[in-house]
Amino acid sequence: MDTNIPLLSLLIWTPILGGIWVLYAGDRQENTVKYLSLSVAFITFLLSLLLYAQFDTTTHTMQFVEKTAWIESFNINYHLGVDGIGLPLILLTTFTTVLVILAGWEVIETRVSQYMAAFLILTGFMNGVFVALDAMLFYFFWEAMLIPMFLIIGIWGGPNRVYATVKFFLYTFLGSVFMLVALLYLYSQAGSFNILDLHMLPLPLDVQKLIFVAFFLAFAVKIPMWPVHTWLPDAHVEAPTGGSVILAAIMLKMGGYGFIRFSLPIAPDASAALDGFMIVLSLIAIVYIGFVALAQQDMKKLIAYSSISHMGFVTLGFFVAFSIYANTGSAEGAIMGIEGAMMQMISHGFISGALFICVGVLYDRMHSRQINDYGGVVNTMPHFAAFMMLFAMANSGLPGTSGFVGEFLVILSSYQANFWIAFLAALTLILGAAYTLWMYKRVMFGDVANEKVAELKDINSRETLILSLLAFVVLLFGLWPAPVFEIMHPTIEHLFEHIIQPKLGIL
Amino acid sequence: MLVLSDFLILAAILFCISVAGIFINRKNVIILLMCIELMLLSVNLNFVAFSHFLGDIGGQVFVFFILTVAAAEAAIGLAILVVLFRNRNTINVADLNSMKG
Amino acid sequence: MFENMENIYLAIVIAPLLGSVIAGLFGRVIGRAGAHWVTIIGVGVSSILSMVAFKYIVFDGGEEFNQTIYTWLSIGNLDINVGFLVDRLSVTMMVVVTFVSWMIHIYTIGYMHDDPGYQRFFSYISLFTFAMLMLVMSNNFMQLFFGWEGVGLVSYLLIGFWYKKDTAIFANLKAFLVNRVGDFGFLLGIAGVLLYFGSLDYVDVFSRTAAVEGQTIQILSGHDWSVMTVICICLFIGAMGKSAQVPLHVWLPDSMEGPTPISALIHAATMVTAGIFMVSRMSPLFELSETALSFILVIGAITALFMGLLGLVQNDIKRVIAYSTLSQLGYMTVALGASAYAAAMFHLVTHAFFKALLFLAAGSVIIGMHHEQDMRKMGGLYKYMPITWFTSLVGSLALIGFPGTSGFYSKDAIIEALHHSHLPGSGFAYFAVVAGVFITALYSFRLFFMTFHGKERMDKHTWDHLHESPKVVTVPLTILAIPSVILGAFMIGPVLFQGYFGDAIVVSGAHDVLTEIGKSYHGVWGFTLHAFKAAPVYLALAGVLTAWLLYIKFPHVPAIFADKLGFLHKLLLEKYYLDKFNQAFFAGGTRKIGQMFWNIGDVRIIDGFFVNGTALTVRWFSGIIRTLQSGYLYDYAFAMIIGLLLLLAVFVHHLF
Repeated sequence: MDTNIPLLSLLIWTPILGGIWVLYAGDRQENTVKYLSLSVAFITFLLSLLLYAQFDTTTHTMQFVEKTAWIESFNINYHLGVDGIGLPLILLTTFTTVLVILAGWEVIETRVSQYMAAFLILTGFMNGVFVALDAMLFYFFWEAMLIPMFLIIGIWGGPNRVYATVKFFLYTFLGSVFMLVALLYLYSQAGSFNILDLHMLPLPLDVQKLIFVAFFLAFAVKIPMWPVHTWLPDAHVEAPTGGSVILAAIMLKMGGYGFIRFSLPIAPDASAALDGFMIVLSLIAIVYIGFVALAQQDMKKLIAYSSISHMGFVTLGFFVAFSIYANTGSAEGAIMGIEGAMMQMISHGFISGALFICVGVLYDRMHSRQINDYGGVVNTMPHFAAFMMLFAMANSGLPGTSGFVGEFLVILSSYQANFWIAFLAALTLILGAAYTLWMYKRVMFGDVANEKVAELKDINSRETLILSLLAFVVLLFGLWPAPVFEIMHPTIEHLFEHIIQPKLGIL
Repeated sequence: MLVLSDFLILAAILFCISVAGIFINRKNVIILLMCIELMLLSVNLNFVAFSHFLGDIGGQVFVFFILTVAAAEAAIGLAILVVLFRNRNTINVADLNSMKG
Repeated sequence: MFENMENIYLAIVIAPLLGSVIAGLFGRVIGRAGAHWVTIIGVGVSSILSMVAFKYIVFDGGEEFNQTIYTWLSIGNLDINVGFLVDRLSVTMMVVVTFVSWMIHIYTIGYMHDDPGYQRFFSYISLFTFAMLMLVMSNNFMQLFFGWEGVGLVSYLLIGFWYKKDTAIFANLKAFLVNRVGDFGFLLGIAGVLLYFGSLDYVDVFSRTAAVEGQTIQILSGHDWSVMTVICICLFIGAMGKSAQVPLHVWLPDSMEGPTPISALIHAATMVTAGIFMVSRMSPLFELSETALSFILVIGAITALFMGLLGLVQNDIKRVIAYSTLSQLGYMTVALGASAYAAAMFHLVTHAFFKALLFLAAGSVIIGMHHEQDMRKMGGLYKYMPITWFTSLVGSLALIGFPGTSGFYSKDAIIEALHHSHLPGSGFAYFAVVAGVFITALYSFRLFFMTFHGKERMDKHTWDHLHESPKVVTVPLTILAIPSVILGAFMIGPVLFQGYFGDAIVVSGAHDVLTEIGKSYHGVWGFTLHAFKAAPVYLALAGVLTAWLLYIKFPHVPAIFADKLGFLHKLLLEKYYLDKFNQAFFAGGTRKIGQMFWNIGDVRIIDGFFVNGTALTVRWFSGIIRTLQSGYLYDYAFAMIIGLLLLLAVFVHHLF
C-alpha cells in the first residue's frame, strides 16, 4: 500500500527533531518544555495510529517502504518498511513514550529539558530499529539507542548509577559488536545490507551456526536471557522511573525483535539445530529466575527478574516452533507459539511498564524501594492499590488481562513439542503468582506499618490518568487480543514457511 | 681518500651518541634538545655525503630545509623549556613524570 | 420473548458485571445504598432470567444454545472464541449460582452493615457471580479457564477483604497459590486437549473422542500412557484445587478468615463446586479413562472421610462448617468417580442450598454473638435466636441426610451408586462414605448442640445484647431453608433416573450405575422407605445420639476422650500436620531455593565470578602493565630503541 507521506520517516524524525527542539528550548520555561515534549510524543503516537489505520493486514510484504541511497559505495541504503512484526512494537513504543513523558512530569526536577529530549530522541531511534530494512541502518539505530539510555541512567539515576550504567553499556555493547561482525560477513557474501536479501542468502550450516551465535550474543543480552541477564536488575534499580519503563517495555523487546528478524530467518537451519539449547536457556529463565525473583527485597529488582522470567516465554515460543513442527507435522501449533511469544512481548511492555510506574509512584513518596519499608499501603492509597492489584494480577498471568494471552499460547504450543517443556513453562503459573502477590501482600496489605506509610497521599490525577490508560490496554488485549493477531498473522505465517525451508548453501 | 662509508660511519656514530644522550641523560632538558639537534645533524651529514657522491644536488637542498626546521624547532623547544621552568622551577628530567600510569 | 435467547444469556452474564463495575468504580458517588441496590438488581435480573432460561430449556423443551459471542483470537484455522453453551447441565448451575448469590447479596446488607468497605464488598461478590457464570456457561476450554481463574481472583480478594488482619492476608495468598497449583494441572490438561483434539470447543472435542481414545503418550520414556488418562488426570488436578480435594484442600479452612457471606458464596454454592461441574461437563472425556475415574474415586473418598474427622475437633463455628464442606465435596467427587455424574450434580445442588443456609445461619449467630466465632463461648442460643435456631436445625438435618430432607436423597443416591460401582477403589470409597455418614451427623450436631443448647457460656456483655438478627438476614435464611427440605424429593426422580441432563452428560454403558439403581427405583416414597432398611440412616441417627450424649448429657466426656486418645486428638487438631508440612516444605523450601539461586547463582557465580570477575581481571592486568608507564622520557626513548633494534633484526634476517 502506497501513501504519499513518508510515515515511517516521520515516525523516526518527528521525535528526534522534536527532542532537539526541546533541548534547544532549555530549562528556562519548564512548563513550556513539558507541554512541548508531551505534544511531540502525542503527535508521534497519532502518527503511529495513522500507520495502523492504513496498514494492510492481508499481506506479509513490507509496507510503507522508503528507499534512498545513503552510502552508495558500500551499497548502504536508507531503507525503511514495516510488517506485522514491526507494527505492534511501534505502537507499543509510541504509546509508552507518551506515558513516560507524563510519568516524568513533576518528578524530574533537574535538567528537565534534557530529560525529555533524551526520551524523545530515544523514541526516534527505537522506531528506527523496528522499521529499518537495511542492516547497517538497523545497526546505526541499535547502537544510537544506547546513548540516550546511558545518559538517562547515568544522570537521573540512583546512587549506584555509574556502576549500573557502565555495566549496562558494556554488556549490550559487547553483544552488538559480534552482531556487527556477523553483518559485515553477511555483506561480504551477499553484497548487500538489505535485510530481505540476507533472508534469502543460502549459507552452509557451520557458517549459519557462527552467524547464529554472533546474533545470539547481541540479542540474548538485550532480551535478556540467562546467564547474561545480570545487567538488567542493576540497570532497573538505578534508572529513574521513565528509564525503567522504557527499558522494560521496549528495550527488552529489541532482543526478541532481533531474534525474529535476524536469527530465525537468516540462520534457520542453525536455529533448528540449536533449538534445544535455546529452549533449555528459556526454561532456565522461566524457572530459575522465577525462584530468584522470590528472594528479592527490592521491588524494582523483583519486577526486573520477573521481566526476565517473562521474556523466557518469548524465546521459548520462538524456538520451540521447530520441534513442534517435527512432532506434529502441522504448522499451526508452531505459528501459535511464535504469535504467543509476540503477544507476550507486547503485553509485557504494558504490564512491566505499569508495574515500574507503580513502584515509581511509591518511590516518589517514600524514597525507598525496599519491600520491608512498606506495609499496609492500601489503607492510605486505596485507588493506587486497586490499580496495582490489576497489574500484579496481569503480571501473574490472570485470564482477562493481556499477560495471560501470551503465556497461554506458548504453554499450549510447547505441550505439542514435549510434555515436560510445557510442564516447566507452566510452573510460572505458580511462581509468577507467588513472587508477585507475595510482594503485593507485603507492600500493600496489613496494618499501616510505619508513620511514613500513614502519611502517604493517594495518586493524583496525572498518575491516575497514566495508570488508567495502561489498565485500559491491559484489559483490552486480555479480553480481545484478536486485533493484534490479525496484524501479525500473515507475516508470521510467511516467516514460518521461510524458516522451515532449509536454505543451506555452499560458499 | 675519503670514501662514502667514512661519512656514513661518522654520521652513525653521531647518531648513536645523540640517542645515548637522550636516554642516559637524566638531568637537564637542554641536553635533550641538543641531542635532538645532533641527531638531525647526523642525518644532514648523510644527506650531504650522498649528494656529493651520487651527484644529486637535491640532497643538499633538503639539508637546508632540515636546518631551517631544526632552528625553528630549537626555538619552540627552548620556549617550552622556559615555560616549563617557570611553572615547575626545575628542568631536571627525572622530575618530569606527570605521564606516569 | 424466546426468539432471541442470545440476548437473555448475554444479559444474565452482563448484569452482575455491570453492577460490580458501577459499585466498584463509582462506589463513592452512589453511596452505600446505591451500591447494594445496583448489585442486587444486577444479580436479581440475572437470577430471574436464569429461571426463565431454565423454564425454557427444561420445562418447555427449548433448544440448547451453543453460539459464539465473539472471536477472542484466531490463528490460521484455529479460532478461540468466547461463547455460551446453555444446556440442561449449565442452566441448572446458572439457577443455583445466581439464586444463592442473590440471597447472599441481600443477606450482606445486614451482615456487613457497619463495614467501611461496604461498596467494595458488593462489587466483589457481583464480580464473583459474573466470573462463575462465565465458567458455567462457557462453551470452550479457554473461557472455562477464564472463569476458573476469575473466581480464584475474586475469592483471593474476598478472603483478604479485611486486609488489616494478618491471618486474612495469609489465607488469601495461600488460597490463590494452592488454587494455582491446581490450575497448573488444569492448564496442562487444556494443552493436551488442544494437541490431541485440535480444538478447544467442547462440541468439537467431544465429537472427536473416538479418534483419540486409543492413543498413547510417552511422558517418561519407556512408559506408554493412555492420552485420555493423562488429560483427565491433569484436568482433575484443576478440580482438586478448586473443589478442595486432598491434598489441595488446605486453603479452604483458612479461607474462613473472610466475611461469612463469602464463606457461604464460595464454599457452599459456587466456587468449590466448579470442579464438580467441570468434571461433569467433561464426562465424555472422563468416561474413556477408568484409571482417571479410579483416581477420582480414591481422592474423593479420602477427602470425604478424613476431612469429616477434622470437623470433630474444631471449635470455630465456621471452620466446622468448612470441614463439613470439604467432606461433602468428597462425596460429590466420589460420585463423579463412580460415573454417577447426575448424582454428583444432584448433591451439588442440594448441598448448595443447605450449606449456604448453614453458613448464613452461622453468620447470623456470629452477628448475635458480636463477632465471636468460638463455639465454646456459645450455648443455649435457641431461646434468643429462634429463626436462626430453626433454620440451622433444618440445614443440619439436610446435611446429615435425615430421611425426607433434600440431603438425604442426594447422599443416599451417592452411597447406592458406589454400592453398584465396580471400578478399582470403589470398595474403599463405599466404606469411606458410609463411615462418613456417622461422622457427618456427629460433627453437625456437635455444632448444633454446642451453639444452640446446653449451658450458656458467653460473657455477660454479649448475653445482654443477644437478639435475633434483622430481617435482611432472616429472610434469606428462611428462603434457603425451603429448598433445603423439599428440593430433593422433587428432583431425585427426574435428575437421577429420567435422563434429566440429556446429552450434556455421557456415561458409558459399563459404568452406568445410576441406571442400575433406577431399575429398582419406584418413586420417592419407595426410595425413602427403602432407606430404613439400610445402614446409613441408622448411622446418621446414631451420630446425632452420640452428639447428644457427649455434648448435652455428659459434657465432660469429650475431654476424657481427648486425653486418653491424646495422639489421635493431636493429629486431628494439627490437621494431619499437612499445613505444617506445606509451610515448611513448599513455602519454606521455595523461598530457600530462591535465596540459594539468588545468592549463589546470580550474585556469586554470574555477577561475582563472570561479570565482575572479568572486570577484576582487567584491572589486575592493567595494574601490572601500568608499571611500564614510568612517565620518564628516557624510559620511553629506550623502549623505542629496543623496538627499533627488534624490527631491524626482523628485517635483516627475514624472520617473517
